[in-house]
Amino acid sequence: MRFERAAWWFVAPALLVIGVFFFLPVFAALLMSLTDFDIYALADLRNLRFVGLGNYVSLLQTPLFWQAFGNTLYFVVVGVPLSIGVSLGTALLLHSRLARFKAFFRTALFAPVVTTLVAVAVIWRYLFNTRYGLLNYALGSVGIQPIDWLGDPHWAMPAIIVFAVWKNFGYNMIILLAGLQSIPEELYEAARIDGASIWRQFRYVTLPMLAPILLMVSILTIAGYFQLFAEPYVMTQGGPLQSTVSVLYLMYEEGFKWWNLGSASAVAFVLFLVIFAITALQLRYTRQRAWT
Amino acid sequence: MSVSGARLRWRWAALLVAIAVLSFATGCNRPSSDHTALRFWAMGREGEVVAELLPEFERTHPGVHVQVQQLPWSAAHEKLLTAIAGDATPDICQLGNTWIPEFVALNALQPLDSYVAGSSTVDHSDYFAGIWDTNVVGGKLYGVPWYVDTRLLFYRRDLLAQAGFSAPPKSWQELYQMLAAIKGSVGPDRYSILLPLNEFEPLLMLALQQDEPLLREDGRWGNFESGGFRRALEFYLGMFQRGWAPPLTNSEVSNVWNEFGRGYFSFYISGPWNIGEFKRRLPAEKQDSWMTAPLPGPNGPGASIAGGSSLAVFSASRNKPAAWQLIDYLSQPAVQRRFHELTGDLPPRRASWADGPIADDVYARAFRDQLERVKPAPKVPEWERIANEMRVVAERAVHGELSVDQAVKELDARADRILEKRRWLLGRGAGG
Repeated sequence: MRFERAAWWFVAPALLVIGVFFFLPVFAALLMSLTDFDIYALADLRNLRFVGLGNYVSLLQTPLFWQAFGNTLYFVVVGVPLSIGVSLGTALLLHSRLARFKAFFRTALFAPVVTTLVAVAVIWRYLFNTRYGLLNYALGSVGIQPIDWLGDPHWAMPAIIVFAVWKNFGYNMIILLAGLQSIPEELYEAARIDGASIWRQFRYVTLPMLAPILLMVSILTIAGYFQLFAEPYVMTQGGPLQSTVSVLYLMYEEGFKWWNLGSASAVAFVLFLVIFAITALQLRYTRQRAWT
Repeated sequence: MSVSGARLRWRWAALLVAIAVLSFATGCNRPSSDHTALRFWAMGREGEVVAELLPEFERTHPGVHVQVQQLPWSAAHEKLLTAIAGDATPDICQLGNTWIPEFVALNALQPLDSYVAGSSTVDHSDYFAGIWDTNVVGGKLYGVPWYVDTRLLFYRRDLLAQAGFSAPPKSWQELYQMLAAIKGSVGPDRYSILLPLNEFEPLLMLALQQDEPLLREDGRWGNFESGGFRRALEFYLGMFQRGWAPPLTNSEVSNVWNEFGRGYFSFYISGPWNIGEFKRRLPAEKQDSWMTAPLPGPNGPGASIAGGSSLAVFSASRNKPAAWQLIDYLSQPAVQRRFHELTGDLPPRRASWADGPIADDVYARAFRDQLERVKPAPKVPEWERIANEMRVVAERAVHGELSVDQAVKELDARADRILEKRRWLLGRGAGG
């Protein structure tokens, strides 16, 4: 009993900080999502109406929300496997005994993660430029017609995905590289003695040993990619034809551009529920179907 | 250990008390009242250069010291709303004139009618009427125009001449003729006009040239299904459908000035800031080949948008008389001419145009003419959002996803949804 009370005293400062700066604002936002808080309410609280679940209902009836949700899903479904694939591929290359100048390549491949997003977005806008861009120049040399990357509603999201994958893969690469380095060499040796091919070694040694790390990486990446915001914000402002409006971008516009904090909070909670549900599913799925 | 711990704690407590007492004492000890510190928030380029106009003001108004705070345009709106929520507004502020209805709805601005009545400088009739009108909400004046911003045609004289025309268009019909002729002479890889799809202004100006208002019943409902807006939208879409305008946004053009210089497009609808940009960025041999012209209207010269910035006094200010004196000073024609030289901003009153370099500037002449025909956008706080929806729906129509009929219906539906709260507030105000 005494120990328990002492323990509570020890965690009290942390709990207090989390309570005041996390749970209280989240609770306030939840309350706000049940009202139509806007600039009129900012002027005079008597202009505030309690709308119950009205914000949620009208949100689910807004075509733009579904479009934003679809865009975000597109980004996650294509971007996450691509991003983890590139990370894993580069991690394997860096881990390979054949690789030279490992330290240099490790730094070079990690560099995009630490660059300023806004600055590299400017450069990527030039790369994507329809008439002068390097990308179209390269495509043109193999006879492909120029693509209006950021102006064509069908190509804008792929362009954003390419940019985001390039910007983010280095982070997971470092984590996966650490995972690869912790796999005991004896396992590969045993596999080689048994006559396993390179592919079989990868499939039956590397992947199972990396599974916990891959799970963590995928949870972090999915949660991160669902919060797509900065890339469309600096590259396309949600356009063309709102094809790069993400859920978070929609929330930003609702809340900070149009100052409808009530419905913006509702968007935030819907996004939270989606990420929460997907993470829970992911954890359950991997628990049921353990690797090896 | 426990003794020294207790002593240490006492020291901390004493220190905290000392800090509290000191900060309280300095908090009470405000600078003496014969010295007024006027807090002035200004945005962007204006915020950078306005300081050069202030020494003269401080010399003629001893005891008043102006503290200028610069805000970037991209963060200004957010910062002002936060300041209102936190009761930390400045005394005087530069406001984009489309923001005024919103800040009036927030009860943040001081009506200025009585100050204007007592002023010998600010003469209502000398100001361009459309610009002055943007500051009037519900019959009261909430700001004094500082500089104006309207949009009109920038065009390539040489390319127009090559297509067989010696003067810019005066009416919609002439504009269409010229666009068709230019497209014919420049070929398939170039265009006649640039109407960036990420801007609502070009379409808005065509719509403002119509007699019907964009919102009806005191801004309660959208009025996009009216004949006027339909005509404007059809005219706008026609330029894309006939291949005269490329369906591009500004960010895809990358460098508008270069492209204008290369003749990628011959007409461009833009504002006064581009006079300076084109002078600076176009090569010397191209300088004779461009000019500005007032906007053509449905039948003869047409209206354009009354944009720009105003100076407003916040109702929470404790230095309103001094704030007004600063507005009065910045409204003097001589000061406005100096301001124009510093920024390139166009002055809002006729007297300021009558003399100095601006009177001789050939590129500014069309703006002087256009300013006699400017109209404010609808004055409701929700307007910017509605204008954005207008842009989004028009963009879909340009890409062929919506017909004109579907587009105007969709726009009315969206506007009505955005205006729901306004209707509720107005209905409640009438009820009790």
